[in-house]
Amino acid sequence: MSDDARDEETVTVAHGGGTGRTRDFLEDSVVPRFGGDADGLAVGLDALDDGAVHEIGDRSVVVTTDSHVVSPLSFPGGDIGRLAVSGTVNDLAVMGATEPLSLTCSLVVEEGVSVGLLEDVLDSMQAACEAAGCAVTTGDTKVMGSGDVDGVVINTTGVGVLPQGEHVPDAGLSPGDKLVVSGPVGDHGITLLAEREGFDIEGDLTSDVAPVNDLVAAALDAGTVTAMTDPTRGGLSTALNEMARKADVGALVDETAVPVRDSVAATGELLGIDPFDVANEGTVVFGVDAATADAVVDALRATPLGADAAVVGEAVAEHTGRVVLDTGFGRRYLSEPEGEQLPRIC
Amino acid sequence: MATEADDLKFRDPEAAQELAADIETQMERIDDPVEIMHVCGSHEQVIAKFGLRSMLPSDLSVTMGPGCPVCVTNMPEVDEAVALAEAGTTVATYGDMFRVPGTVKSLADAKAEGAAVEVVYSASEAVEYAAAHPDEDVVFFATGFETTAAPTAAVLQADPPENFYVLSAHKYVPPAMEVVAEMPDTDVDAFLAAGHAATITGYGLFEEFVDEYDTPVVVGGFEPLDVLYGVRRILEFVESGTSGLDNAYPRCVSRDGNEAAMSAIDEVFALTSGEWRGIADIPDANFVLREAYAAHSARRQFDVDPVSGDGDPLTEECICGDIMAGTATPEDCALFGEECTPQNPVGACMVSDEGTCKIRHEYGGHPEL
Repeated sequence: MSDDARDEETVTVAHGGGTGRTRDFLEDSVVPRFGGDADGLAVGLDALDDGAVHEIGDRSVVVTTDSHVVSPLSFPGGDIGRLAVSGTVNDLAVMGATEPLSLTCSLVVEEGVSVGLLEDVLDSMQAACEAAGCAVTTGDTKVMGSGDVDGVVINTTGVGVLPQGEHVPDAGLSPGDKLVVSGPVGDHGITLLAEREGFDIEGDLTSDVAPVNDLVAAALDAGTVTAMTDPTRGGLSTALNEMARKADVGALVDETAVPVRDSVAATGELLGIDPFDVANEGTVVFGVDAATADAVVDALRATPLGADAAVVGEAVAEHTGRVVLDTGFGRRYLSEPEGEQLPRIC
Repeated sequence: MATEADDLKFRDPEAAQELAADIETQMERIDDPVEIMHVCGSHEQVIAKFGLRSMLPSDLSVTMGPGCPVCVTNMPEVDEAVALAEAGTTVATYGDMFRVPGTVKSLADAKAEGAAVEVVYSASEAVEYAAAHPDEDVVFFATGFETTAAPTAAVLQADPPENFYVLSAHKYVPPAMEVVAEMPDTDVDAFLAAGHAATITGYGLFEEFVDEYDTPVVVGGFEPLDVLYGVRRILEFVESGTSGLDNAYPRCVSRDGNEAAMSAIDEVFALTSGEWRGIADIPDANFVLREAYAAHSARRQFDVDPVSGDGDPLTEECICGDIMAGTATPEDCALFGEECTPQNPVGACMVSDEGTCKIRHEYGGHPEL
């Protein structure tokens, strides 16, 4: 890019939206700028996976990091504290590291935020840590002037250890693998959009934000998991497309098999936003060897978060890099949402 | 209380397969290609989202005409909104106008550079924003057809705050249908008219059109079964070689429509001729504020001076206009999916969730899936 074009292009919300623009930014501007050797690196930055994997001795060490911003700070089902722990624990878990070793907590706080609110957020982090069986072991606190940052930003970095070679990439799908979703899709994103828009919607809209490491462990114990990711920003649509693209396979998904709560589906229609396109914070998408798919679903359903787990489709050799959705009426592509999710006119 | 509505299943795939089988039989009897044009982005959404085209015989094409209000909003109108935002007013806009490119930039670009742009769901939300921010001049960028023109009219009639202004880019659909019907390249056998616009105008509005153009018009709803039912009804007209008008959305649409809404529109707006982006200068199809509402007219109260400029040279290659006239498909466009994507749209059809190109890009066309 010429210097003029560089100066003209500004960062927009879409750069951080978790979909195409984010991927372009990472591939064009971030990944090429970092290099050098890292000991025993098995999964690095260029994989754009949920975390990095180092092979050290007979162990694999998984490292992941995430900065958490959310508006509003507190929402039905959770708050930024629960999100900050779950997000990082879940990124470790979907790499296969279901027993997080250590978690950092780096706070950036806007001057003027009440100490009480901050303590509530920290309590919520500790509660989520207890649920996940991990602990915050180091951290940092910075305060910025009023208006320089929006409330509270929390960065968490997680480290997990597992036997060498047992990590699960999100690129491991093969044709014939079944696609399994661990629970209802769209709860977090639709709940937040409804909150943000100030819609007074009666019903049971609640974020799914939760650590999923026990759920993932149950799946790994029960069958052969070939690929795994958590469909956060960009939602199920983005997760499935990335899994298909990275593995050079197609995905055929039965829309009617994907669990979506009625309240989420209805609110999504009202907002003009597809529940498949929005973030989940306590849901996992698995690729599973077909022979063990039923066992994995049964194991997931026996966990507290996995009651609605279901096989939703399969990887196929055709349509490489794309997701084909059977709507029950006809078929069409399921594409990644692009940029910010905007409400529609009619 | 159980009502009849409780028993209606608009998303029954089995009923849809039955309708599709009927349609296939009709097409076999007609034994000629048939082109149906619909004029509504919501129709295109439901057709694409449910994969309905993959249920239809290949010689039956259902194309979208000038039915995306975002797409037909003219570039200078976007430029006006951008100029107002850059001049320091707060521009409140529907979400789908946010990224529509003007000559040089979109409202999203203006916001990224620091201008005040608020995304709202409704005209009344824009009014609420103005009331809550008395120190700001709030301009509602009023876009859309009769369905959104009526609520804009209603808030203006309800004595809005002094700092609330309207930049009207509202459009009126029926004259655009006439323009498309008269286009020499158009080969439309029948129209599937937009049910929600007809809830306002009433379906009786199309009687003259049917007589004048000898083309069947069926008003259709927005569930997948509504669309398939509307298509089957249209093919009945085509098969019998007659033109006619039918209301296939009677649970919402009446012959006379919403008279209160129509009279509000009529009191607040006058119709004037103007350009629909990429299509044509269409007579009496643009809603402008009447003199009585000059105090709330952004065009009257602010010296709007949109930057002209060279803009994106790719715009010259954009064929949105032909696509909206039904004479070309997105795949005919050299830019489609290459230089023009939802992330970097060249034409408005790639911006809105109701735009043909965006929908085709997201859901695919009529592929053998």
